[in-house]
Amino acid sequence: MKYLDEYRDEKIARGIVAELTRRATRPWVLMEICGGQTHTLMRYGIDEMLPAGIELVHGPGCPVCVTSLEMIDKATEIASRPDVTLISYGDMLRVPGSHTDLLHVKARGGDVRVVYSPTEGLKFARANPGRKVVFFAVGFETTAPANAMAVWQAKREGLRNFSMLACHVLVPPAIRALLSSPRNRVQGFIGPGHVCTVMGYREYEDLVREFHLPIVVGGFEPLDLLEAILMLVTQLEERRAVVENQYVRSVTYEGNLPAQKVLAEVFEVCDRKWRGIGGIPESGLSLREEYAEFDADRIFGTEGVTADEPAECISAEVLQGLKKPTDCSAFGTRCTPENPLGAPMVSSEGACAAYYQYRRHAIAATGTH
Amino acid sequence: MPPETKLDVALNCPVPIAARESILLGHGSGGRMSGDLLRNVLLPALQNPVLERLDDQAIVDVGGSRIAFTTDSFVVKPLFFPGGDIGTLAVNGTVNDLAMGGAEPLFLSLALILEEGLPLDTLRRVMESIRVAAALAGVVVVTGDTKVVEKGSGDGLFVNTSGIGLVSSEVQLSADQARPGDRVLLSGTIGDHGITILSQREGLEFESAIASDTAALHTLVADMLRASCEIRCLRDPTRGGLSSSLNEIAARSRVGIELKEDAIPIREEVQGACEILGLDPLYVANEGKLLAIVGPTAAERILEAMHQHPLGRNARMIGTVTDSHPTMVTLRTRLGTSRIVDLLSGDQLPRIC
Repeated sequence: MKYLDEYRDEKIARGIVAELTRRATRPWVLMEICGGQTHTLMRYGIDEMLPAGIELVHGPGCPVCVTSLEMIDKATEIASRPDVTLISYGDMLRVPGSHTDLLHVKARGGDVRVVYSPTEGLKFARANPGRKVVFFAVGFETTAPANAMAVWQAKREGLRNFSMLACHVLVPPAIRALLSSPRNRVQGFIGPGHVCTVMGYREYEDLVREFHLPIVVGGFEPLDLLEAILMLVTQLEERRAVVENQYVRSVTYEGNLPAQKVLAEVFEVCDRKWRGIGGIPESGLSLREEYAEFDADRIFGTEGVTADEPAECISAEVLQGLKKPTDCSAFGTRCTPENPLGAPMVSSEGACAAYYQYRRHAIAATGTH
Repeated sequence: MPPETKLDVALNCPVPIAARESILLGHGSGGRMSGDLLRNVLLPALQNPVLERLDDQAIVDVGGSRIAFTTDSFVVKPLFFPGGDIGTLAVNGTVNDLAMGGAEPLFLSLALILEEGLPLDTLRRVMESIRVAAALAGVVVVTGDTKVVEKGSGDGLFVNTSGIGLVSSEVQLSADQARPGDRVLLSGTIGDHGITILSQREGLEFESAIASDTAALHTLVADMLRASCEIRCLRDPTRGGLSSSLNEIAARSRVGIELKEDAIPIREEVQGACEILGLDPLYVANEGKLLAIVGPTAAERILEAMHQHPLGRNARMIGTVTDSHPTMVTLRTRLGTSRIVDLLSGDQLPRIC
C-alpha cells in the first residue's frame, strides 16, 4: 500500500539492523515511550531482529493502561445514570475499575457508545437535547486538542447537555518521573511521534539537558522505529545526548501551534494519578475554571470518588521498564486478555497484551524471556 | 540483575472482572468469549456427537441420504449497505454454511422478527433481495415464520434462515482433518464486508468504494471438489475473520498453521481503513470468501480450479499446516519475523492512537 509499504520493507530493515550491529559495541537499554510504538515492535517482531545487546523496554505510553482506577470508577458511575450517554474511544470500555467496566455498565442498560472523534459526541448532543452527553476524554497530548476543540465549540454554541470527564496525561512529566527513579535503567528514549506532532519537541530538550541522555522522536512504522533505534545507538556510542527527530514527515520543532493554542485555552496542567505508577505532579490536563460548566466531574458530583489500587501484579515495574511482561509469574497463565490482572494486559497497546498477542510462541520456543 | 528491592513509587494494579454474569456484546464476536459461552453454557445442555463436531453445519443420515443442516441469524446494522442487505446475507450465509460441508444446498426456511413501526417498504426491499439471492443460488424458500415485537424490543428487522442440502458419500470435510504439510488456500481479498458495514455505521462516515463481498460459494466449492478430493476442510471466515476460522481449525486438528503476510490479498481501501481505525484485517468479517485446507499435492490443481471461477479469481495460497506450535496460528511478517495470530477475546475495539 502506497505510503505504508515503503516503511515496511524487509531489505531496508535488514540493512538498518546490519548497520546497528556494526555500530553497537556494548549493550544499551532503550525505551519506547508510546504504546503505538510498542504495538508495532511486537506486531512486526522487531525485537527479534535486533542485535542481542540492544534491549527495548516498554514505557507507560498507553493512555488506556495508565488511566487511574478512580477515573474508571467515575466513568462507570456517570454512565450508569439513566439520563446519561457516555461516549469514549473503544479500548476504554474493557478497562476494569474497582467493581465493573463500561462494557458491563452497557450490558446492564447504560448508554455507552464508542466514537472515533469527540465531534461525534457534539453531533449526538445536538440531536438529542434530552440526553446528558459525557465524553470520557483519555489520551496524551495527541488526542487532547480535538477534545479541547469539542468543549470550546460546545461553549460557543451554548450546548448545555455536553460535558467532559477529562483524564488527559502528559508525556514529559512521566519521562521525568521514570528518569528520577533510583532504579532507572533506561539509557535512551524513542520519543512519542504523535505527541510531538502536536507539541513539537522543545520540552524534550529540557529533559536531555536535565538527565544527559539522548531522545530520538520516532514514528510508528517498522522502519521508523529501526531508524530511531539506530540514531539512538549512534548517539550513545558517540557519547552524545541531544534531541533528534526521526519522524520528520510529521514532527516539527514547534509542533502544531493552532492545536497548542486551543489546548491552552481549554485545559490547564494538573497533578494526576497514573495507574501502575502513582501520582506524578503536573502530569495531567483538566478543564480550566472558565469551562467548569462542561466538567462532568463537577456536574455529576464525582469529585470525591477515590480508589486504592491493590498491588496484585508487577504492572508498575513493567510500565516503568524495570521488568518485561514475561518476568511476571502470572503472565499468560493467570493473567490473559480475557482475565487481565493488570492494566497493561487490557489494552492492545499495553505491553503485556502486545507480548501475549504477538510474541508468546517465541517465548515458549526458547523457554526464556 | 541485582536483588529486587521495594519500588520507590506506589505499586498498584487493577483486579479484573473475571466472572461475567450477563451477556456482553463480546459474546457474539466469534472470538474466545463466544467459544466460552458455547462450551460452558450452551453445549452442556445439548450434548450429542453431531453437535460436538462444531462444524458450520451438521451432517446427518436420513433414510440413507447424507443431509447437511444448518441455521443462522442475521442482525446487521444498517439493513442496507453497498453490495447487499440483510436479505442477501441471510440467503448467502446459510447457503455458505451448507457449502462448507461440501453440500449441494436445496431448501431454506425464513423466519422474520419485525419491530413495530418498520416501514413496509423496507420489508418489501428485503424480500425482493431474498427472492433474487435464492434464485441466484438455486435454493427454494419452502417454509417460514413471522413475529412482530414491540417498538424498542428489536432493531427493525432480524432474520433467521435454516437450510438443508445433500452431501455425496465421498465428501468428508471437517475442521479436525488438517494435517502437517497441508496448504491453506484463500478464495480472495479479506475484510471487504466488515469494513463496508463499519463505514456505513452512524458516526463513522468515510467515503469509499468498498462493497460487501456477500456471495453464495457453493458452485465454487463444487468446482474445487471436482478438481480434487483432497480437500480436508472448508470454512467461510465470517465474524471474527480469517483469524478465528484458522484458530478453530488449528485447535480442532491439533496442528499449527503458518501464514505468509504478503500472500494474503487485501484491497488497498480495506487496508487503508484498517490503518486509520486501528483494526487488523485478519479479524474483519467476510461474507463471500472461503478458506480451504488441502493436501499438498492437490493444492496447485485446486487453486487453478478456483481461478477459473468468478468468486475465486484472486485465490491465493496463504500458508501451510505444520506440526510445530500445535493449536497456534502464526504469521511470517513482511520483515521476515514471526508473530502469533491470536483468537481475539471479544470484539475488536478500535485503538485510541
